[in-house]
Amino acid sequence: MAGNIRLEVVTPDKSVVSDEAQTVVAPGAYGEFGVLPGHTSFLTTLKIGMLRYKDKTGSERIVFVSGGFAEVLPDKVTILAESAERRRDIDVERARAALRRAEERLAEARKREDLDFNRAQAALQRALARVKVAEAQRAG
Amino acid sequence: MATLKDIQRKIGAVKKTQKITKAMNMVAASRLRGAQQKMEAFRPYANKFAEVLGSLAERIEADEEHAPPLLVPRTEVKTIDLVLMTSDRGLCGSFNTNLIAHAERFLKEKADQGIEVRLICMGRKGRDYFRRRKYKILSEHIGIVGAKFGFNIAVNVGRSLIDGFLSGEFDEAHMLFSEFVSMARQAPTVKQLLPITSVEKAEEAQKAEDVGYIAEHICEPPAEELMAEMLPKQVYVQIFRGLLETSTSEHAARMQAMDNATNNCKEMITSLTLVYNKARQAAITAELMDIVGGAEALKG
Repeated sequence: MAGNIRLEVVTPDKSVVSDEAQTVVAPGAYGEFGVLPGHTSFLTTLKIGMLRYKDKTGSERIVFVSGGFAEVLPDKVTILAESAERRRDIDVERARAALRRAEERLAEARKREDLDFNRAQAALQRALARVKVAEAQRAG
Repeated sequence: MATLKDIQRKIGAVKKTQKITKAMNMVAASRLRGAQQKMEAFRPYANKFAEVLGSLAERIEADEEHAPPLLVPRTEVKTIDLVLMTSDRGLCGSFNTNLIAHAERFLKEKADQGIEVRLICMGRKGRDYFRRRKYKILSEHIGIVGAKFGFNIAVNVGRSLIDGFLSGEFDEAHMLFSEFVSMARQAPTVKQLLPITSVEKAEEAQKAEDVGYIAEHICEPPAEELMAEMLPKQVYVQIFRGLLETSTSEHAARMQAMDNATNNCKEMITSLTLVYNKARQAAITAELMDIVGGAEALKG
């Protein structure tokens, strides 16, 4: 393989990941896409979801990303996200609690006019993705 | 003339004040460090964002007709929303006064042109000031500037601005924040948030470094859609930067003010001690004179 890809995940608060990766799989707006070294450069928005990459020792790492976009260059992937968390930084209990709250809010929003349905839905998506990322830890 | 006891008490009081101002100075210094670190952490994101947005803007510039609505200036400006950032707390020198004075000038200037200005106050000091004067305050956000805040704050404010702008509630949005120029200087600055103007400028700054590199990207929603997705974020980024700058400025201003206060206390203690010593000396001399006088009288 032609070396590694430099992976940077940056949020407004901090740089979350700065690592060498063998492969990167990201949740693109038009579907999940994988990146190997030497990928054509392209630019895309990301869905809320799971970013996976294999670090240089070959172990898989998972990062939760939301509200971001990715710039892919042949030797570098930059992810700009509004929020991102490494799997190990996610508190499973808190993530579950947030998911429950988001579910309640969505149910509420469905009934009432004054609550923003779209926003509640986005919150639910975020919570769900976060829990999924956290659960992945338990699986392996 | 004040008695010895009075002067002593005064010196004690000033010393206590000095202790407080010194402590506040140190607290402000440590908060300032935190705020500066946050600004530092934000920079990579902001730079990359400006770079990508700039290159996108360049690509779709050709077609003026279908420009995204967030970029199009309104022909007639009747209402402006002003996001005013001040601190929540005082004791930071002329920091808030400067910001509010700037806001007053802005309001007056626009009022002279017959434009209505609505305020969105971030920070208690600005809100209190304009509420007392019965200005129209659209919304207020307290407990953010100078404290810990996340990007979501900027997103919330930005989103309501964008909604208002698109629905035609107002025609321009500006942000008045305190730019952190240096430790000694914080400049109130007005920046236009909507319609977005600063895209091209960001591009110029970046261009020198990587010429035509990005222009070859494949875009996976097409460039126009990507752009539409990114423009609101540009507003959030601006607001977030404003908040960071204002927070940093506040702490720097407070540090400066408290440093001055501590020095003034020191000066005051010196001069009071001088007065005290003089008074003490005078009292001793007077007493001595009395004793000598008494002795002389006995002798005689």
